[in-house]
This record gives sequence, structure tokens and C-alpha cells, in this order.
Amino acid sequence: MCFERLKSTVGRKAVMAVSGLILLLFVAGHMIGNLQVFLGQEALNSYADHLQSLPVLLWPVRLFLLLVLLLHMAVSISLAWENKTARPVPYAYQDTVQAGYVSRTMVVSGVVIFTFIVYHLLHFTFGTTHPQYFHLTDSKGRHDVYSMVILSFRDLWVSGSYVAAMAVLCAHLSHGIQSLFQSLGFNNEKSRPFFEKLAIAASIMIFIGNSFIPFAVLMGFLKLPSGVI
Amino acid sequence: MNLKLKVWRQRGSGDRGRLVEYEAKNISPDVSFLEMLDIVNEELTRKNVEPVAFDHDCREGICGTCSLMVNGIAHGPRRATTACQLHLRHFKDGDTITIEPWHAKAFPVIKDLVVDRSAFDRIVQAGGFISVNTGGVPEANTIPVPKRTADRAMDAAACIGCGACVASCKNASAMLFVAAKVSHLALLPQGQAEKKERVQKMVAQMDKEGFGACTNQYECEAVCPKEISVSFIAKMNREYLKSSI
Repeated sequence: MCFERLKSTVGRKAVMAVSGLILLLFVAGHMIGNLQVFLGQEALNSYADHLQSLPVLLWPVRLFLLLVLLLHMAVSISLAWENKTARPVPYAYQDTVQAGYVSRTMVVSGVVIFTFIVYHLLHFTFGTTHPQYFHLTDSKGRHDVYSMVILSFRDLWVSGSYVAAMAVLCAHLSHGIQSLFQSLGFNNEKSRPFFEKLAIAASIMIFIGNSFIPFAVLMGFLKLPSGVI
Repeated sequence: MNLKLKVWRQRGSGDRGRLVEYEAKNISPDVSFLEMLDIVNEELTRKNVEPVAFDHDCREGICGTCSLMVNGIAHGPRRATTACQLHLRHFKDGDTITIEPWHAKAFPVIKDLVVDRSAFDRIVQAGGFISVNTGGVPEANTIPVPKRTADRAMDAAACIGCGACVASCKNASAMLFVAAKVSHLALLPQGQAEKKERVQKMVAQMDKEGFGACTNQYECEAVCPKEISVSFIAKMNREYLKSSI
């Protein structure tokens, strides 16, 4: 596909859809991986150790996801800017028939999600925000991700901000998932209601799956293994 | 019935434009929205005030000339209805009604409620046609078209090019219009030869005119007086992406 054609409004919508889909697949995979916390310390720590033991694979994937994220953001900024300038004089009386709040605030929810990603990386990947939990090791000498997660989420502010961020992500995805089918041209009259329901179901599943971890920690369902302070 | 109107007055493209209040008194609920404006204009003329300029032609809901934003909704509150077919019985006595023109960079205001929609003409000129060598008209039934395809093509071709889709879209996007024009030709056998070229050229012209992009909120479909489906936007996206590979 020629680059010129990707630069059109239709082309850039397709870029938004494909990059969004890649990020969605990552979010889903990341959630499934994290849910192993319910299988116990051994399962989660060995999963984390496996990921870390493949730097040849880990870093290209991380770099790829970062580039996809930056592309998704850059293209959305360019489209949002053009969309804004397409109506220089606003209506004095503003009303809508059916456009929902979520679909009109994708840029805002996107910015919130990006801020959350930065915080999340500083928290669990770089260990900047909670260094006291970052250097724990388990009995096999591996990075003790399990205890780090539980100790972090015992703080109500940390848990609360994660759940709030997941609610924003859920809202963003509920419009994003159904939009990707439209932007890539897979929609017709029959499929649209289905994709709309699918989008809402998938985004609620992602919200529940991710939020259940801090919730379970706060409620005491997930407990620290013996030997960790 | 008596109404309070807030009408957009703008002397020309260089003027900033503002809402001016007028009273519409003793109006029959049976008159159309445009007839109500006619009555107000007669009153203004009598008072030696410049009447409000607005676009109209057939007043039967088929030409696509009328173009009023009524209380923030293109063509007013009735579904599948142009402003000329909107009657005052759908309003209440004493209502305040705000009337604005289509606002979009690609539709500059000419005067008051009249906007220049020639951007749509240029999009059609870019590819919204089929090239035929003139000669005798061929027999219509020599090319068979399945009923369902013909119906779908007709659904798209119902677009009257009024621009309500652009007016109602928060991004002033023309995608529903362009999608309708791309689709009705892409569905029919006569449109196949120039199918790829057409969608590319029409989308390029749409972007050049300064319309925004679609953010899939389908406000356009909700206000379209001909109820053109946003599925045609998906079809246009499909045609565009297929023709780009």
C-alpha cells in the first residue's frame, strides 16, 4: 500500500484501527498473563521469569508495542486536529441525537490511559514508585512479582487508581473495538449491532479481569506467602 | 402559535455572524418551518429590515437545498425529514428556536443561513460518475442486476446531497455523503470499470476540501433525511483500502 494513500482520512482511520487492534491484543494477553496471580506465587513468578529470560524476544516485542502506541497516538492527534479545524465556527446551540459521551471523549480517555501506562511502567517494570517492593526475591531466587503485586495493591490509593484507569480503558475500548470494524470496512447493517455488543462485552471483560486483581488483594482473597514481611 | 426565534445573521463570508432574536407571532401550526420563515421575512420587510436569507427550492423534501440547523439538530427534531417538510405542529407554543446555517470550513457561509456547498459538487466531479461513450441508449434489461443489489444501490442513491451529515458531524466529516456516492456506483455493473479510481479520487477530493474524518458516532445517519446507512461508510472504507493494496 502506498504511503500517500495511508495519509488520507480513510487511510489514517485504518491505521488507527490496526494499531488499536494490536494494542487491544496486547491488553488481552497481558490480562490473561496477570490473572495467573490467582494460581499462586509459583505460577506468576515462573511466568514472569520466563518472559524475562528471553531478552531477544522481549525487547523487540516491547519496542514494537511502543512504536505501535506512538503511532496510534500520533495519528489520533493529527486526525483530532484536522477534525477540530474542520469546523472553525462552533454552533451556538449544540445538541446531538445519538452520539454518546464516550465516543466524543476518546482523546481525553486516551490521554488518561497514556498517563496510566507511564505510571504502570514506573510502578511494576522500572520499580521507581515502590522501590521497597521491587527487590524481593522468592525461595528460588527469582524476582518475586507475586509479593510485589500484593504489597502494592494493599495501598487503597494505588488500587483505586488502577481500577479507575481500567474504567477509563473500558470506556475507550467500548468505542474503539466497534470502530475498528467500521474503519476497516467489515461492517454492514447486520454485523453492526453484533460488533457493538461484542465491543461492550469485551471491554467489560477486560475491566473485570484487570480490576479483580487489586480488588482481590484489598478483600484479602490474595494473601502473601509465608516468609515475606 | 407564537415563537421566539434566534436566527444566525451574517452579512457575508468576511463577517463574523451572530444570533439575532425575532418574534414569530400568530403562526398556524400547520405551516412548514420554511413558510414560518417566509412570514417572519415579510414582517421584517415591512419594518424595513433586511429579510433572513435561507436556501430552499422544491419544498417537497427531495431536492436537498434547504439546510437549517434547528436547535442544534440538522433539519430539526423529526427523523427522516428535511427542514422544508418540518411542520410547526412539532413545536410548542412559546418555544424558543435557534436557527443556524451548516457550520463547516468546507461550507463557507454566503449570507445568513445560506452556505456554499460546491465542495460536494467538486467531490462528485472528481469521480462520482461513470464514463460512457454516447450513442443510442442501451436496452435497460440487457445487464441483469439482482433485486437486492439494485435496492441497495438505490438506498445509497437516495442521497440528496443536502449536507446534513457534514452539519451534524462533530468533525464536519463528509464521509456519509461520499460513501453514498461511491457505493451506489460501486454496487452496479456500470460502475465497475472505474470503481478503484473513483473511490481514490473522491476521497482525495473530500480531504482536500477540508472536511474532517469519521469518528464512528453515526450522528450523520441519525439526521439524514433520506436515512442513508453508515454501513455505506464501511463499504467506502473497504473499497478504498482494497483499491489501495
